[in-house]
Amino acid sequence: MSSEVKAAETFVEKPRTLAALRAEIASGRVKATDLAAGYYQRIAQINPRLNVYLSLTKERALEQAARVDEAAAKGDPLAPLAGIPVGIKDVLVMQGAPATAGSKILKGYRPPYDATAVARLEAAGAVLLGKINCDEFAMGSSNENSAYGPVRNPVDTERVPGGSSGGSAAAVAANMAVATLGSDTGGSIRQPASFCGVVGVLPTYGRVSRYGLIAFASSLDRVGPFAANVRDAATLLGVIAGHDPKDATSSLAPVPDYAAESDKPVKESGKAGLRIGVPTEYFAEGLDPEVRAAIDKGIAALDKAGCAIKPVSLPHTKYAVPTYYLIATAEASANLARFDGVRYGYRSPKSETLSAMYSHSRDEGFGAEVKRRILLGTYALSAGYYDAYYRKAQQVRRLLAEEYLRAFAEVDAIVTPTAPTPAFKLGEKTGDPLAMYLADIYTVTASLAGICGVTVPCGATKAGLPVGMQVLAAHLNEGAAFRVARAVEAAEL
Amino acid sequence: MAAKVTVEEVQRVAELAHLELTPDETGGMLTDLNAILDYVAELNELDTAGVAPLAQVSELGDSAGASKLRADKVQPSLDRAAVLSQAPESDQVFFKVPKVIER
Repeated sequence: MSSEVKAAETFVEKPRTLAALRAEIASGRVKATDLAAGYYQRIAQINPRLNVYLSLTKERALEQAARVDEAAAKGDPLAPLAGIPVGIKDVLVMQGAPATAGSKILKGYRPPYDATAVARLEAAGAVLLGKINCDEFAMGSSNENSAYGPVRNPVDTERVPGGSSGGSAAAVAANMAVATLGSDTGGSIRQPASFCGVVGVLPTYGRVSRYGLIAFASSLDRVGPFAANVRDAATLLGVIAGHDPKDATSSLAPVPDYAAESDKPVKESGKAGLRIGVPTEYFAEGLDPEVRAAIDKGIAALDKAGCAIKPVSLPHTKYAVPTYYLIATAEASANLARFDGVRYGYRSPKSETLSAMYSHSRDEGFGAEVKRRILLGTYALSAGYYDAYYRKAQQVRRLLAEEYLRAFAEVDAIVTPTAPTPAFKLGEKTGDPLAMYLADIYTVTASLAGICGVTVPCGATKAGLPVGMQVLAAHLNEGAAFRVARAVEAAEL
Repeated sequence: MAAKVTVEEVQRVAELAHLELTPDETGGMLTDLNAILDYVAELNELDTAGVAPLAQVSELGDSAGASKLRADKVQPSLDRAAVLSQAPESDQVFFKVPKVIER
């Protein structure tokens, strides 16, 4: 990127809906190959300013688009995502395409296989445009930890897009893809969706296979979609969800028609409206007043739509961030042990001995935040500290999860702000790791509990920065989260 | 909890994690780790006696849906040549690393 200082710019453009695009492709009015070419043109124009895509998979995309065009010309039935241009966060592998995880340590690595979520999208007709920038190994809340430079927020290029799936959110906000995939370990889909003004989905733990996802914290990691509207996001989840023998944690539960679920009103005639819980602890000190005002309007819209709004209490909420950072870093320290200069990616030239090869490759390959988390995790797991830190955090994790489960006995969904503030400026929090961790304060609990959620745009600040509402629901109850999100979306706040 | 980490401990943990830190990095990490550990010490306020640790959501029961291990049958795996083509150094059969035994 040029060092020349440029004024803030805006690149917001809403992609067309999946249903509209698919109808045009089916009728032959729009060719999937032209659509893909058009997206590559837009990417070429604005990627230098936004730094969203790290690599493009043009050949594969255009071959797939040609197959879709051929099927459409013959009048064959089209797959649910036929011809839809989709971008992939660069922590999910695509055969033969560079996989960096935003890290120098994987530079040059071209994996020999596809992630399951990626393969399922393509089997459903999606045209995969390329690999999208993110925080290194998905560790960060601003996308500033990428070894390949930060992504800029399309709403205001002086601001961060959120993280770690900042590029995936920005791609949809700037219409550099109709939809994208991201991953969420502590808020990495929901928080950037909020910062960029798009829809992001945290599926229930186990709902979407993680085969081919470069692991960060395995008891928390999830793969989920971003889209410009709730129905499109629900359609994408329907395509990627479901059991996969290659991921032992993937759920055997059948996959409902999420798009149809999202079409159901929050109050069906003759039935009581959905019960919505509002946790007082999520509206306490530290919440930006403009964010609060926007979320209050969203709650009022749900009330008007026929929901029953009731307060719920989640008293352990304040312990979620410390619990999360102990568990996530402990798991990361184990998962990232595999990056050692042996099998893929970077090997330091200073590899005189095996031990020197490990430590120099890792020191030169990893960025500061990744090292910080590996050290914290290794410390928390080390002899003499295990019980005090890691075991303690796992105990509190149970308390946090059970608290949510109790709440969901009383309500169908819980609504909160997704993040305490709108998008902050680049560089604003990079000097203070703790301040950055607190950007995840409203998202980490759902991660620890394994429940599902959706971030849906819910108005904006006076300066025009998007505010996202987080709609949470019990395990495997994505349908309820989509319905509530649809109602907020319909209110056009 | 909330014990202050020393420079020696940072160096020991770095060694365990195979990270070679420069003296500058060690100082920065010392400050950051102490700030983070001070913060997570909040968990000490909670009495967790008798609470079973939760390592995986699946322990909450079948609320997230049952999962199962696949049958333990031999299946084709990734192609050896394709995998080894990604290694920094290989002899087409094995990954190569610097010599570990002197003879």
